[in-house]
Amino acid sequence: MENKLIISPSPHIHGGDSIQKNMTGVLIALAPALVVSLYFFGLGALIVTLVSVASCVIIEYLIQRFLLKKEPTLWDGSAILTGVLLAFNLPSNLPIWIIAIGALAAIGIGKMSFGGLGKNIFNPALVGRVFLLISFPAQMTTWPVPDPLSMHYTDVQTGATVLSLIKGSATTVIPSNTDMLLGNMGGSLGEVSAIALLIGLGYMLVRGIITWHIPVSILGTVMIFTGIMHGIAPYTYANPFIHVLSGGLMLGAIFMATDYVTSPMSKAGMIVYGVGIGLLTSVIRMFGSYPEGVSFAILIMNALTPLINNYIKPKHFGGK
Amino acid sequence: MLRTFKIGGIHPPENKLSAGKNIRPLAIPKQVVIPLAQHIGAPAQAAVKKGDIVKTGTLIGKAGGFVSANIHSSVSGKVNKIDNTIDSSGYKRPAIYIDVEGDEWEESIDRSDKLIKECALSPKEIIDKITEAGIVGMGGATFPTQVKLMPPPGNKAELLIINAAECEPYLTSDHSLMMEKGEEIMVGVSILMKAIEVGRAIIGIEINKPDAIAYLSSLAKGFGGINVMPLKSRYPQGGEKQLIDAVIRRQVKSGTLPISVGAVVQNVGTAFAVYEAVQKNKPLIERVVTVTGKSVSDPSNLLVRIGTPISDLIDAAGGIPEDTGKIIGGGPMMGKALASTDVSVTKGSSGILILTAKEATRKPMYDCIRCAKCVNVCPMGLNPTLLMDATDFQDWDLAEKNNIADCIECGSCSYTCPANRVLLDYIRLGKGKVMGIIRARKS
Amino acid sequence: MILIAIISLGGIGIAGAGLLYAASKKFEVYEDPRIAQVQEVLPAANCGGCGYPGCSAFADACVKADALDNLLCPVGGSDVMSKVATILGREAISSDPMIAVVRCGGTCEARPRINQYDGAKNCAIASSLYGGETGCSYGCLGYGDCVATCPFDAIHINQETMLPEVIDEKCTACGACVKACPKTIIELRKRGPKSRRIYVSCVNKDKGGIARKACANACIGCSTCQKECPFEAITLENNLAYIDHTKCRLCRKCVPVCPTNAILEPNFPPRKEKVAEESKENKEETTK
Repeated sequence: MENKLIISPSPHIHGGDSIQKNMTGVLIALAPALVVSLYFFGLGALIVTLVSVASCVIIEYLIQRFLLKKEPTLWDGSAILTGVLLAFNLPSNLPIWIIAIGALAAIGIGKMSFGGLGKNIFNPALVGRVFLLISFPAQMTTWPVPDPLSMHYTDVQTGATVLSLIKGSATTVIPSNTDMLLGNMGGSLGEVSAIALLIGLGYMLVRGIITWHIPVSILGTVMIFTGIMHGIAPYTYANPFIHVLSGGLMLGAIFMATDYVTSPMSKAGMIVYGVGIGLLTSVIRMFGSYPEGVSFAILIMNALTPLINNYIKPKHFGGK
Repeated sequence: MLRTFKIGGIHPPENKLSAGKNIRPLAIPKQVVIPLAQHIGAPAQAAVKKGDIVKTGTLIGKAGGFVSANIHSSVSGKVNKIDNTIDSSGYKRPAIYIDVEGDEWEESIDRSDKLIKECALSPKEIIDKITEAGIVGMGGATFPTQVKLMPPPGNKAELLIINAAECEPYLTSDHSLMMEKGEEIMVGVSILMKAIEVGRAIIGIEINKPDAIAYLSSLAKGFGGINVMPLKSRYPQGGEKQLIDAVIRRQVKSGTLPISVGAVVQNVGTAFAVYEAVQKNKPLIERVVTVTGKSVSDPSNLLVRIGTPISDLIDAAGGIPEDTGKIIGGGPMMGKALASTDVSVTKGSSGILILTAKEATRKPMYDCIRCAKCVNVCPMGLNPTLLMDATDFQDWDLAEKNNIADCIECGSCSYTCPANRVLLDYIRLGKGKVMGIIRARKS
Repeated sequence: MILIAIISLGGIGIAGAGLLYAASKKFEVYEDPRIAQVQEVLPAANCGGCGYPGCSAFADACVKADALDNLLCPVGGSDVMSKVATILGREAISSDPMIAVVRCGGTCEARPRINQYDGAKNCAIASSLYGGETGCSYGCLGYGDCVATCPFDAIHINQETMLPEVIDEKCTACGACVKACPKTIIELRKRGPKSRRIYVSCVNKDKGGIARKACANACIGCSTCQKECPFEAITLENNLAYIDHTKCRLCRKCVPVCPTNAILEPNFPPRKEKVAEESKENKEETTK
């Protein structure tokens, strides 16, 4: 025989899964929410998404090529995903230069400074968002009012989000549950439609990209905790459906908290992590000074992930 | 709901290309090379010398210890030499070379096809016969069978579990054996039950072999205490601990033997070999080997004498395809890639799998993205990526604390990893090191 | 208001300081000051070549030991050990400087690949399952476990031969590569004047014919060198010649007689033509 026989340890076959397939899967799952935001926020949503993705990809390429001097790994799609998730966390009237700064924080500080994909402690997109939230509080908290298929970008009419409304006073008029499910309310461009995000969740569960543990434990915890508080003082605290359907909770629970790199590895650990995010989110929303707390809750639990991994091990076969 | 094991597991494409093919006896080669170490444990000691005339079935290697097995000549002829041969790994191991002359069998062996159902021997006599015949686990682990039939003091077997899961993709040797030698297998199972003095046996077969389930179930009616249990197709169901979990819902504790939960597990091929040894006085000198692969022109189940070179088997299945990249002894998940085709068939050779260069080459490896898919599929509930890192950093304490010694080397983690990380390569090394450290500490 | 703040904060400060002082007195661990002194003169490479987990553990062992007989910092050598001896007021034990030697000459050219290895690029993993990609199951695998373990960056894989090469000036003979090599190819040998050393660059124990077939540079166990050696420094065991570096006097006589050029002599000046010719004649005679 001419060619040399290959020798290698077992196993000799591979299931064919790849990083790229997983990242593309998440992007597909994000598509419904993107379509909804394009409908409600029009041109602004398109510009913000494109700018965010482009700057994330370019920044990652530049850092890998010139700073780290290694082969760029854009093909894996993780920079595109970070770009889309960052855009989803921004209001659709944010100026381009602020988005670029956000992308720099997300990729540069959130991801590359730790050594790239797989090494980061915090969710890069959230690092970018929180960086912008603290640096540009005014721009980051004026939300465009939904205006189907609008052709405006920075010159749109703005209004408050549901959560800031109820923070201000519990008696204001808030959108109906149907509007919140569909996404007909103010907010970051990707977070508004619960239905679209749930479709994405269903897709990722079927494809086996993520497991149910993190999203279900986060949503369940928020539901129960805010439900109890609402039961105690219905006029001070909003009802649990508003909490679950409004703000970034759905987006956070389904797409941000489930980030592979920054979430625990064992199923029990995932549930602890999810419950932690749910509790922190509820506490910040109900008692804190910020109307929204999902980003902070996820970042705090990201920091605790190594600890959770250390103490909560997968269920051992035949173990005590 | 079909039963299966509780934790982890995968379901790779089955690719049972040779399913339903009859077992074909392969012609005896001109020379056989019979290695003296074909089993786990001490190698056998050569019992013949150069120039000796041997018959088919003559003892040529005596067990070299308690955990060891006898070796018999699979052909008749003259001992050419006792010398090192290159084994599947490229290392050299002692083997007996026999030049074949005719096919003359030892007189004591009953070569007729007649089924002998009755067995009046005592448990001890049965075990002695099995020891004499040099039978080892035929699933590929090659653990000497008699050792598993003699539980350590204080343990009592409750039931016998027959492993007919054949969860490895491609392989069909057990399947074809069940279809053609069903009655012999049933007698073998009842002999094994007698040997360990239990009244109950369960044959676990995966649902992807419905014909074997139906056939053995119908035969089981004629044998008291034997039941056939269909199992969900899931890899690695053929793992001893996984099979016990699937069949009787008991988990063997870390570091203990299956007997601690009252189970003795034997492979279905072993049951057939036991039948032949006890009822026909025939030592383990031939076995069924699947020769398969997508590029193989005629995937086959062959009845092969031990010591036949692998190249003969491949020729019988249509020759080596042109784009061959890898030849594997065993299945694609746990089998071993062979360094050359001059290697002999041994007692543990369940299959020869030929992969094309494209199928065989591993994809480039990337950094771990901590997706935890390896954790989800690990049937032992371990954290493979952590164990790989622990091995890489040579942190044997960390590896031991995270139960690296429990790894069954099934390869589900490497199979699943989206970053193509070679998890098992490292874990296997770490497991060896840690087990060495544990042994050193005990003694 | 200001006063209250000053008093309370100052109070907390004083209380904290008192607590720290008390704790440092109560939990103080007495350490022999000589340990720090010894550690000062050690190379601080923490390579583990001495057999202790690091330089501080070695310093501790030196101070506690009654004599320095079995203690040697291979990196520092006699120089450092004599300094240690002065600090401790003990007798210095002199030692010969050593160097790591890679005993495999199986270059890509000499030792053709017959298989292609596609597993983890790690010698320990590869050797636990396979003999290697070539016909020689004793030789270097070339995946660089020795390179990865070397704390001094003193060993590299030559991309042409795919064999590791020791950089004489950088090697401290700490022995990390010796421990890392699963094939026990690397050995610590006497460094010799100007790093000159003579060694058999092969560990193949196969019979001559098999070894020769697998690798053109293999030692075939012909015993020619053994007969040539005037100091009885060469032994032959399992078809493999070995030069005892404590007996070898670097006379270079064994080198030219080797039929497979398996004996190497780095850092020697080139041979004079005449000597080479002479030895060639000798070799022809012996082969006849």
